[in-house]
Amino acid sequence: MPIKSEPVEVNIGPQHPSTHGVFRMVARIDGERVTDVKMVVGYLHRSMEKLAEERTYTQNIPFTDRMDYLAAMTGNLGYCLSVEKLAGIDVPERAQYLRTMFSELQRVASHCMATGAFINDCGAWQTPVMYTFRDREKVLDLFEMTCGARITTNYMRIGGVAFDIPDEFLPALDWLVNDDLPARFEELENLIVGNEIILMRSRDVGVVTPEMAINASLSGPMLRSAGIAWDIRKADPYCVYDRMNFEIPVGYNGDSYDRMVIRIEEMKQSLRIIRQCMAELPDGPHKVDVPLALRPPAGEAYSRVESPKGELGFYVVSDGGPAPYRWHVRAPSLINLSVLPQMTIGQSIADAIVTLGSIDINVGEVDR
Amino acid sequence: MPHPATVTLPGTAVAERLGAALPGAVREAFAEHVVLEPASLFAAMAFMRDDPELDAKYLVQMCSVDMITRIDVVYHLASLARNHIFEVKVPADHERPAVASVAPLWIGATLQEREVYDLMGVAFEGHPELTRLFLWDKFPGHPLRKDFMSLPGGQKSGLSQFPKQAPGQTGGEFRPRDAGAGAP
Amino acid sequence: MTGALLTIITDNWWDIRDLSNLSGAIRDLVSDAGGPGWLVYVVAGLLGAAGIVTFVGVTAIINIWIERRVVGRMQSRLGPNRPGPVGLLQPLADAIKLMQKEVLQPKLADALVFTAAPIAFTVPGIAVLAVVPWGRNMTLASLDAGIVFIFAMSSLAALAVFIGGYGSNNKYALFGSMRVIAMLVTYEIPIVMSLLGIAMFAGTMNLDGIVRFQEDHWLFLIMLQPLAFVIYFMSSSAELNRTPADLAEAESEIAGGYHVEYSGMKFGLYYAAELINCVTVSAIIATLFLGGWWAYKLDEIVPGWMIYIGKVYAVYFLFIWTRGTLPRFRIDQLLAFAWKWMTPMALVNVLMVAAEVLIWEETGWSAGVLLPIYVVLNNALALALIVAWVRVFAPRFERFPDRPRFYSTIDVPSLPAVAPVQPGTQSQ
Repeated sequence: MPIKSEPVEVNIGPQHPSTHGVFRMVARIDGERVTDVKMVVGYLHRSMEKLAEERTYTQNIPFTDRMDYLAAMTGNLGYCLSVEKLAGIDVPERAQYLRTMFSELQRVASHCMATGAFINDCGAWQTPVMYTFRDREKVLDLFEMTCGARITTNYMRIGGVAFDIPDEFLPALDWLVNDDLPARFEELENLIVGNEIILMRSRDVGVVTPEMAINASLSGPMLRSAGIAWDIRKADPYCVYDRMNFEIPVGYNGDSYDRMVIRIEEMKQSLRIIRQCMAELPDGPHKVDVPLALRPPAGEAYSRVESPKGELGFYVVSDGGPAPYRWHVRAPSLINLSVLPQMTIGQSIADAIVTLGSIDINVGEVDR
Repeated sequence: MPHPATVTLPGTAVAERLGAALPGAVREAFAEHVVLEPASLFAAMAFMRDDPELDAKYLVQMCSVDMITRIDVVYHLASLARNHIFEVKVPADHERPAVASVAPLWIGATLQEREVYDLMGVAFEGHPELTRLFLWDKFPGHPLRKDFMSLPGGQKSGLSQFPKQAPGQTGGEFRPRDAGAGAP
Repeated sequence: MTGALLTIITDNWWDIRDLSNLSGAIRDLVSDAGGPGWLVYVVAGLLGAAGIVTFVGVTAIINIWIERRVVGRMQSRLGPNRPGPVGLLQPLADAIKLMQKEVLQPKLADALVFTAAPIAFTVPGIAVLAVVPWGRNMTLASLDAGIVFIFAMSSLAALAVFIGGYGSNNKYALFGSMRVIAMLVTYEIPIVMSLLGIAMFAGTMNLDGIVRFQEDHWLFLIMLQPLAFVIYFMSSSAELNRTPADLAEAESEIAGGYHVEYSGMKFGLYYAAELINCVTVSAIIATLFLGGWWAYKLDEIVPGWMIYIGKVYAVYFLFIWTRGTLPRFRIDQLLAFAWKWMTPMALVNVLMVAAEVLIWEETGWSAGVLLPIYVVLNNALALALIVAWVRVFAPRFERFPDRPRFYSTIDVPSLPAVAPVQPGTQSQ
């Protein structure tokens, strides 16, 4: 007699330890195998794009903190760049360097979080996540030193940055990027890179082919893991990235393991960029004066930055008024999720969790 | 060493290339962007994706702008290999906006089209699963429209009475979900 | 000073080295009073049971603290350190919190099974401790089928987990239960096989006898049976639901698994019983592989049960260490590991032991000559088998390097634009 079985629908999320926020994945499961996946997002939708139409350009900067709350600096930066492009504002040299430095620090913090959480999704009992959180805290301490906030920094301004760095900042940064973090990354790599269980769990799990990666508009480590050397910092340099000497880590197979090691290598490259910024940091004003009620000329601008999650783009339409007429965010987390069904269907439920963890979504940015 | 930055293709160049292959696909061409004819949107997009010169294999992003009289759906297309980017717009009717879906061409458009449908109400014909992305199914109206929650004459409404006093009132120009095909 | 110590170390009932003196005193007391002979056994049994239950209760509380502190140290943080001195009262605070919580029960859960499961989960772990020898003459029930009793009890715990998860009427709990049964079926085999070697060498299944064997031959059985130790340690960590095999509760996947619906003290019972089971398995390992209460000359100075508890906690530390370090396997990988490696290795081990015991008995050579040879031989064999397995049978990941490659400029290969596969179409 054949055994009758029927697939079970399981809600993974919105309350689940591994959904990184309030993301919901309705998975139909046959035994341990996922046969269908439906994404349900929107639990954190705050309608920022609508709210921004009622506020001035400067007042909108805090919204960008709250989108990708793990990478607030790059969110600030992307928005300010788009408004500067629209209004034709030139940013002083020192501010450019500070922006580069802080967005790289933010990348370190965000990738620390992503790597630790990914290993946690692989089932490690909190140890790697504690290691990476320890490193992330030190970066956040530097943010606190500079702008008073750790997570929602609200640091970049249209035409520069809000505050110049304090005197204690550079020695602390010097210790962090030259002494502390390299040793910590080595420790982390000894723990996880090449670990047999992690290889078993994440190699060939959640594979993205290069064709699919480009077709699905993936960006960031997702795109690079598929073997495509693409980085907005190289392809469309903003701030002072064109003067920086760094490399793009690129994976081979497009699987979860590649994404993890790419994040670790990117952190090291970020340290390289920060060291160069520290060496070349010029004196001068840290911002130009921009009217509070900035009225850019009517028109539109799309500018993009390489956020830790991928290509973070801001499309701003102005009608000449003090508030943006329309403000759209190209959220890398949302678009990287497009291939989640293709990646997870056919895998086991444990692999689906690992795949989701390797995408490194941030629900604040998915839902906006 | 400085790297070559991304080239922004002028809309006129795109229009020239596109018009040569698909006459009548281009409605207008500007320096920044090119406006396509909605009827031939899908064919034009498919051409731009597969054309070796435009090579728009990468859909950077898509969104929509409420232009009061019409709704513009904006696509940013890029070629990673040639490192250029260009902008394409397609106008849609303001009351019942509907354009062809490009989700069969780019997987990356599936979620973004659902987002545009959710927040702006543009119905994408041919989308495999056009449901609301962020808001719940019974949500009245599409919030990114400029006339959302406003009265005729441009005034902001709110509700005229407290909801408990008059439970039936919906306020403003809430559009019920099943008001008609095409304009949900 | 020494005189005062010597008055304590006598064979009187207050001599803490050997608690059999206590039962002897009771026997004398009962027989002096003219009581029936069976009363001695009842009283001594009750006293022993009370002792074990006290030990288990204290252990469960202390282990919560130990586990959290040790793992905290491994994770470069402090662990609980507020309530009481160095956080020692934290388990008490936990228990008070858990008792205050409402015990929720899903509407469609099977009430009887749902309530019985945590209790059924707790009992076997305690019951096993009755057959292990705590010191010389300190076994509560010196069963001749001691090892068989251990197998029976450890399977019961897995069944309790299964009925708890199945009775919860929750999908996650059902997943946990399914995984528990799959793991039970798989891992019982290597466990039985690995302990078979021990029983064959010792010539008995009585745990007292096994410790006596180790004492007689002046070695720990881990030296004779390193492969069995490795297999038993890994398999029992699968049976205990501890990382890297905590698939039944897999917090990041199925959100707690079988105990996802439990709350309050029912959950507390699960939580405590897990630690108790871990101590039980550590106790079995300490008895079978590490010589129990015997430790060369040390047991003449230190009371045997102290040595024994020390060994138990040393093994327990190994369990905490693996838990703090390793990620989790996937269920199919874990099962494949058991079937493809553990079971064949255990079989090889059993064959080897059988041959060795046969040679020993047929030739009649003295153990002093043969056992050192066996120690060297078996260690070499274990090492060779493990290395060979890693080299030959382990999944190959060298297809791609561990590290990414680096590009200093953007480089995009020209690719065909594929027609995307729509979600859901692969499932048909």
